[in-house]
Amino acid sequence: MENIFIVGLLAATLRVATPLIFGTLGELFSERSGVLNLGIEGTMFLGAFVGFVGAKTTGSLWLGLGMAILAGVIAGLVMSLLTVRLGVNQHVTGLGLTLLWTAVSLFGFRLIFGEPSVMPSIDTFPTISPFTNVPYLGPIFEQRLLTYIAFALIPIVGWVINRTRFGLSIRAVGENPEAADAAGLNVLWIRTQSQMIAGALMAVAGAFLSEAMLGAMSFGIISGRGWVCIALIIFANWKAVGVLWGSLLFGGFFALQLALQATGLKLPYELLLTLPYIVTILALTIAGRNVSAPSAMLKPYKRE
Amino acid sequence: MKFRIERIPAPIWMRALIPLASIIVTFMITSILILLAGGNPLEAYYYFLIAPLGDRVSALEVLVKATPLLLTGACAIFAFSAGYWNIGGEGQFLAGAFAATGAGILLQGVPSAIAIPIMILVSFLAGMLWALIPAWLKAKLAVDEVVTTLLFNSIILFIISYTLNNIWRNPLTGWPQSPEISETAHYIKLIARSRLHMGFIVAIVVIVIEWFVLARTSLGLRMRAIGLGKEAARFAGINVNGTLFIAALISGGIAGLAGGGDIAGIHFHLIEAVASGLGYSGIIVAMFAALNPIALIPSALFLGLIDTGAQTVSRALGLPTYLGDAVQATLLLVTLSMFVLLNYRIKRV
Repeated sequence: MENIFIVGLLAATLRVATPLIFGTLGELFSERSGVLNLGIEGTMFLGAFVGFVGAKTTGSLWLGLGMAILAGVIAGLVMSLLTVRLGVNQHVTGLGLTLLWTAVSLFGFRLIFGEPSVMPSIDTFPTISPFTNVPYLGPIFEQRLLTYIAFALIPIVGWVINRTRFGLSIRAVGENPEAADAAGLNVLWIRTQSQMIAGALMAVAGAFLSEAMLGAMSFGIISGRGWVCIALIIFANWKAVGVLWGSLLFGGFFALQLALQATGLKLPYELLLTLPYIVTILALTIAGRNVSAPSAMLKPYKRE
Repeated sequence: MKFRIERIPAPIWMRALIPLASIIVTFMITSILILLAGGNPLEAYYYFLIAPLGDRVSALEVLVKATPLLLTGACAIFAFSAGYWNIGGEGQFLAGAFAATGAGILLQGVPSAIAIPIMILVSFLAGMLWALIPAWLKAKLAVDEVVTTLLFNSIILFIISYTLNNIWRNPLTGWPQSPEISETAHYIKLIARSRLHMGFIVAIVVIVIEWFVLARTSLGLRMRAIGLGKEAARFAGINVNGTLFIAALISGGIAGLAGGGDIAGIHFHLIEAVASGLGYSGIIVAMFAALNPIALIPSALFLGLIDTGAQTVSRALGLPTYLGDAVQATLLLVTLSMFVLLNYRIKRV
């Protein structure tokens, strides 16, 4: 009995961590290049909506995902047009875009589906299992391909940011744009590219929720997961490897809460759900000035 | 031929035209949504902006919708003026609503002359309380307030959700909805057969006081100095951390008033969706008013009109009401861009 509980918990942890990984890696690209993207919550919502509608209308989940990625890239371009090109305040622009993408998605949903009594649904991505019939490992690793992609992306993103020329230029424009510019880098274009990648990853996070977990689109589909990613990136200290531990910890926590709820135990679940946020605030406080937020974050770059 | 972008501050008369120009550009952009929905943009904007003012019920509803926005906008302006990025208006609104509900339930039978001032005081204090920890962390330990205030929005929502699902759950229906507050704690109706309540007056009074504080007092002067540049303010001998702390607390209190007002004036009981973005919309009205408390009044009324108009459009043309939210968000982004663009000229070199 306890084994089933733990196996279920571990499987759920991987599942719940998946959108957090995509979203946080997206935010990582954005913040390492010097832009705080508070549009994440709305971009995830847009990804969930476009992915769902794309899959529903074309009948192909992967086409839906592709359309979600495209929408995410467009969202990233709008964010960069405003914050990178025009240098508009990043907090307010991000929040404004979250409101905009959420409103546009809900508007589109009503337009396409009206107010149906039965919510439209799709068949979700199938699970794959590399260890069929192996006890424990079988059910734990019976996951969607996207979950595997998410975990594989963590070292890849770490490698791109730390070991490639492109990653070096992202870090340069995020830490010291003046020096990067003097060294011949195109600061604005690198930040724009980072926003496009960030938007795409955030949209995949949303599409995973609608196309893999829910098989439907709902008003509360994101319900603050974007803000969790904002917390996670601090927790991860802006490093890809930290995203792994952070998302497993946060994912595990949410999964534990769901699993305990299913057992019917009387616990104040809603209050438990505040713990990850409190831990993040504590981490932020204790780490204090040791946290290595990119130096040029929130500062628009203008050539004088 | 080469071009160069130069930074030249725009003349005052051009800044005054920003709101109008922003509205026009916003409507041009959001026309895309209306066209996609198969509607006629001009017709839609007639129902959006003109039709609501044509009948008594809708016109008063504009004032009702503007009431919380006036206060959440005042919350944002107060903090932003000092360069304190309080993104927590939503959470402070919820804290005010939560505390006002608790107080309102306990105030059964207490005469209105006592109950209503208590409701106002409790909402303000609760908003302040919810702003306290991020403000303290900022002032004492220089912890970034954007992330902490944002996360506090989620925390209070979970606390309210817990309370509604356990302590206050309606025993008859099982809905997550609190008991009704005392009728004596209801805000006084301003006009019969409408939802307009004295919260509107409270909001106007708060805004006038806020204008006075920012423009005419030493606290306001210090806040604005910090908003212009922390280092320079510190150099001038201003207690930056102490001033930011006070600004953050008062800002939170104002958002709390908005939440308490919606409980005592509109809902009379607590539901999870009581704020549903009103705190964030406060940032829109504040920015649209260019952080000027007096300009906040027309700004919030205009957004109240859009909120009301979204329902008129929906009834008349069948367009989803989310169009209103999209218009508001676009207005915010366009206004911000306009302020930046105005300060630049393209020069041929």
